[in-house]
Amino acid sequence: MSADPKKPESGPGTTGHEWDGIEELNNPLPRWWLWIFYASIAFSLVWVVLYPAIPIPGGYTKGTLGYSGRTEGEQALAALKAQRAEALKGFDAVPLNELKNNPQLMQAAVEGGRSAFKIYCIQCHGTGAAGGKGYPNLNDDDWLWGGSMEEIHATLVNGVRQPGNDDTHMSLMPAFGKDGLLTKAQIADVTEHVLAISGQEHNAAMAARGSATFAQQCASCHGPNGEGMRQFGAPNLRDAIWLYGGSRADITATITTARAGVMPAWKGHLPESTIRQLTAYVHSLGGGE
Amino acid sequence: MPGVLKPAPATPTGPEGDGSLYKKRVKVHPKKVEGPFRRFKWAVLFLTLGIYYLTPWLRWDRGPFSPDQAVLVDLANRRFYFGPIEIWPQEFYYVAGLLIMAGLGLFLVTTSVGRAWCGYACPQTVWTDLYMAVERWIEGDRNERIRLDKAPMSAGKLAKRSTKHAIWLLIAVLTGGAWVFYFTDAPTLLRELLTGQAPFVAYATIGVLTFTTYSLAGLMREQVCTYMCPWPRIQSAMLDEDSFIVTYKAWRGEPRGSAKAKDANLGDCVDCMACVNVCPTGIDIRNGPQLECITCALCIDACNDVMGKLDRPKDLIGYTTLERDIAESKGEPLPPMWKTLLRPRVLIYFAVWAAIGIGMLVVLAGRSRMDISVAQDRNPVYVQLSDGDIRNSYTVKLMNKEPRPRQFDLSVSGLDNARLANPRMGEAPAKRIRLDVRPDGVDTYTIQVRVPAASIHAEQSDIVFKAHAADGDGDVMETTRFSAPESAVKAR
Repeated sequence: MSADPKKPESGPGTTGHEWDGIEELNNPLPRWWLWIFYASIAFSLVWVVLYPAIPIPGGYTKGTLGYSGRTEGEQALAALKAQRAEALKGFDAVPLNELKNNPQLMQAAVEGGRSAFKIYCIQCHGTGAAGGKGYPNLNDDDWLWGGSMEEIHATLVNGVRQPGNDDTHMSLMPAFGKDGLLTKAQIADVTEHVLAISGQEHNAAMAARGSATFAQQCASCHGPNGEGMRQFGAPNLRDAIWLYGGSRADITATITTARAGVMPAWKGHLPESTIRQLTAYVHSLGGGE
Repeated sequence: MPGVLKPAPATPTGPEGDGSLYKKRVKVHPKKVEGPFRRFKWAVLFLTLGIYYLTPWLRWDRGPFSPDQAVLVDLANRRFYFGPIEIWPQEFYYVAGLLIMAGLGLFLVTTSVGRAWCGYACPQTVWTDLYMAVERWIEGDRNERIRLDKAPMSAGKLAKRSTKHAIWLLIAVLTGGAWVFYFTDAPTLLRELLTGQAPFVAYATIGVLTFTTYSLAGLMREQVCTYMCPWPRIQSAMLDEDSFIVTYKAWRGEPRGSAKAKDANLGDCVDCMACVNVCPTGIDIRNGPQLECITCALCIDACNDVMGKLDRPKDLIGYTTLERDIAESKGEPLPPMWKTLLRPRVLIYFAVWAAIGIGMLVVLAGRSRMDISVAQDRNPVYVQLSDGDIRNSYTVKLMNKEPRPRQFDLSVSGLDNARLANPRMGEAPAKRIRLDVRPDGVDTYTIQVRVPAASIHAEQSDIVFKAHAADGDGDVMETTRFSAPESAVKAR
């Protein structure tokens, strides 16, 4: 090995390739390198026998181990389901109100609800449950139909304004303008009154006039002071949260044409356990009562 | 002719001139040697192997919440324990720093004393040395081994060969077996290994390391250094005319000739081949510095032994530099050793190496034993509450690096009358909340921060989360953002 490769009598010589005086030595590979090459060929042959390897017409060679990525994925999914079932063991028997006494079960339910929410609810309520105009934000502390576990559960089960469902949340705001119940001037006055009770900039004279109309036409559902009534899903008009907007134009439009949002009744579409998990999740978002 | 491609010869020529594309390995039979360098190599061998085999068995009491193994790479829990030092994955830069130091240390050593790493401390060298010692013990010294190789297979040869390979395999198993102890509690794993209850990965690791140790130290040996390792190729960039390397002083040795010749024109080299016979890589050091030379210095021991017997001055082969060798050959006075050693290149390597080491020690000594990481939830970024307050949610990770349970007091500043709440606890928002953090771990909380609309002056405000250890031992802060809707800002 000590031989000078450039001396032809002792070294490997050159390949005869030469560029500007730089010659390519013809060093032979060490023999063990060849063995590794053979070993890797042997390895690949074993692989071809054991695992899916060669595309053939109508498919591919399956290999004797029966491995497939699809099966592996299915097994992983089944394992995940089993894991979830394990975490939620006993959940169906626990009353929703007592869930808070079992933090681990609560967490499992919240996480289960989170994934169900991503499938069934985000179309209207958004991926972060923040809603949008006409679709309630589920993160805040304002609830049309109530924010306790039972109330959220009831809303999920029977929905809102579902025809043919006796237990659904039902109420109907009159379209005061469209149906001619109030004049435009009266609507403008009521609008100023609503602006006033919600602490916004308003015309005091108009608001005073509107106050009387409000007591007559609106207080039966929204309450004498506009604090809302969950029984009818009538929103609180005194707070900072507006489902359809709290500006003068938005309020006028709401009084004129009325609002009647709907939500599906999930009973029959989703297993009761999933609905209960959704309840726990929505309750956990920060406004649960 | 420059620039012109000459036709290649019809058959490539191997070194044996047989036209083979592949080079047969010339088996090396290193002869036993004694001397100071050999003794030094034994000492390094015992020291390094001792460290390797015994370290996992050292204990270090860290209390009930952490393992008591002094050196433990706990991959499952992502913790690295080195005596009193515990490294978390996010502190991995300490390990990176150590690797950089190791690299620079290699440069430093190589540029001053050549491939000392290769010759004395590299695992390949240490284990090969150990395997050669076993081989010599079973099969005898160089000449006996050459004879044994040539002898036809017999009962005696078979017995020697199988004993040798059995011992080699045993060492290999023990090598792999020691490695796995660094990754889990050693006494527990040993029990599991012996009762067949250890995890598969433990057996697989031992198997792989048994194979590599046996084949690299037993069968491949110098081929690893010559063909597989990149360092011999890099070393030429590290060595210069002032690096101490194993050198044959040709000016003194040549022309070679028998000691019996009594010819005054002959040099000191008697061409006894002692230096070649002891070489573990099978080279002739008299051909000058070579890629294959790992500078184990055994040829120095061998040559000095011969020179001693012949009453000639020692160090015909010795550690010297190119400059010093030339000066010595001309009879010029040599500069003191330290002057050659402490040249700017060496000092710069040392300075950089030491600066990294000191820097890491300073950072390590001053590092916090707790940490906080705050991420503002993005969906939704804010929630308006019915009384007009704005609420943001944050994912707060609290890290407790002490091996005992602690409590951190969390507070925020930057916005007036901001209050925090941990919704899981169902408690009313407060200026300061106390949170439990597990020993030597991270606890993640969703924390809601509620700010009155009157305090908000911009859509984006900076707020600072501060975690204060309830035991008074540390404070950490993180700045993040508080978002509010445009309407909440405009309303003011």
